[in-house]
Amino acid sequence: MTKGESASTNSSRGSGSIIFLFFIIGLIGSLVVGWIIFPMLLYSEKKQPIDYNHAIHLDAVDNGCESCHFFREDGTFSGIPKLSQCVDCHGEVQGSNPEEKRFVEEYVQKETEVPWLAYSRQPDCVFFSHVVHVKTAEMKCEVCHGPIGSSEHSKEYEQNRITGLSRAIWGPSIAGFRKNSWDSMKMDVCGQCHEKETGSKGPCFQCHK
Amino acid sequence: MKESSVHENAKKYGMVINLDKCTGCGSCMVACMSENNIPFKADETNKLDSITWMRVYRLTNKEPFPKTEMCYLPRPCMHCGGKGDHGHSPCVSVCPATATDYDHKTGIVSQIYTRCFGCRYCMAACPYRARYFNWWDPVWPKEMESMLNPNVSPRMRGVVEKCSFCFHRYQLAMEKAYLEERRELEEHEYQTACTQACPSGAIVFGDLNNPSHKVHELKKHPNAFRLLERLQTNPKVYYISSREWVRRSGDNYLIGENKTSTK
Repeated sequence: MTKGESASTNSSRGSGSIIFLFFIIGLIGSLVVGWIIFPMLLYSEKKQPIDYNHAIHLDAVDNGCESCHFFREDGTFSGIPKLSQCVDCHGEVQGSNPEEKRFVEEYVQKETEVPWLAYSRQPDCVFFSHVVHVKTAEMKCEVCHGPIGSSEHSKEYEQNRITGLSRAIWGPSIAGFRKNSWDSMKMDVCGQCHEKETGSKGPCFQCHK
Repeated sequence: MKESSVHENAKKYGMVINLDKCTGCGSCMVACMSENNIPFKADETNKLDSITWMRVYRLTNKEPFPKTEMCYLPRPCMHCGGKGDHGHSPCVSVCPATATDYDHKTGIVSQIYTRCFGCRYCMAACPYRARYFNWWDPVWPKEMESMLNPNVSPRMRGVVEKCSFCFHRYQLAMEKAYLEERRELEEHEYQTACTQACPSGAIVFGDLNNPSHKVHELKKHPNAFRLLERLQTNPKVYYISSREWVRRSGDNYLIGENKTSTK
């Protein structure tokens, strides 16, 4: 009797540790899938049609970012420049950069707009006023957009396959951690800053439409 | 920025609609539909499931032929301030998702479609039937897709929507003001689509708190009244009519109740 009992407890201990082992394997496996494999699958990577050098342009213009990304007379923000703005300087090939040559040949001479991919495009339901942030509150572009002005190459455009949004909205960290103020463009980020600067997150209608 | 936003004067945007001038042409409804990307169906005969932020009602005095009179009454959202104007409007009070809230800076009752989950409590609470439910995803004829207003997000199936006093126009007007380093809007800078579309000038829109705006005086007109005033919803839409039966039909009265109780 006693022998049989002790044997059965031994075997149940053994199966318990096997179950625990499988539990750990499963846990680690699902963590790897959730935190590493899924985020890799979630974003598709696209290249910009032209590898754009912000740094070289910023040196050549007088008015900083606003030389190309200007405000219209009605206060709206022009965003990514249209071809007509580029043509002012790039009617002919100016330098030796092969990307510029390609730009002039494929877009300027054919008079087709460049299908730029907008990193910071917010969803449909969001209203954002650049003018109140840049002019009234005197915020620097870098606070939200990062040091894009000094970039020499266009980084890859990562698009969320489910929502269709750019990765710049969620940010590089899938867990939502931010090292810099420009790492994410989610509503929480807007809310945090608004709470600090204006004392409240504001009514929903302020940014949602 | 913190200090200056505190010192901003609170607005109270509202409307005064002169029913003597309204011909019932429906221009305001059409303008509203196209301005706000309001979906429509091939068959709009069932008014229970069609969406009209601005709706023109036809009132009659219920008298037999020689004395029969009619009146058209355009009805947008009333943007109720609630008792004492504290923002406790009927819909805001019942919304479990805070999808609708009262903006104390402008007095406008907002509706955030992405937050709404379609319980429709607000529709039950609204005494003016100003709220509508999307029973289907909106579908526009293909040619119309490119004509949608980019400043108003289209709604999806399962959410409630209503008149916003063309709030996107306020935002755009403010953008221009900020660029010109102003914080106040001129009266003409922010007008709703229905106001501008009305051919007879029956609808006047502006800041009810601002003495330089036309609505400030018009709302004090002796023939001015509001709908269901005795519910104390404190609506921001005023009506003017020279006819007493019209003014009386703006609220519910007992038979034989003192007629002078209407304004």
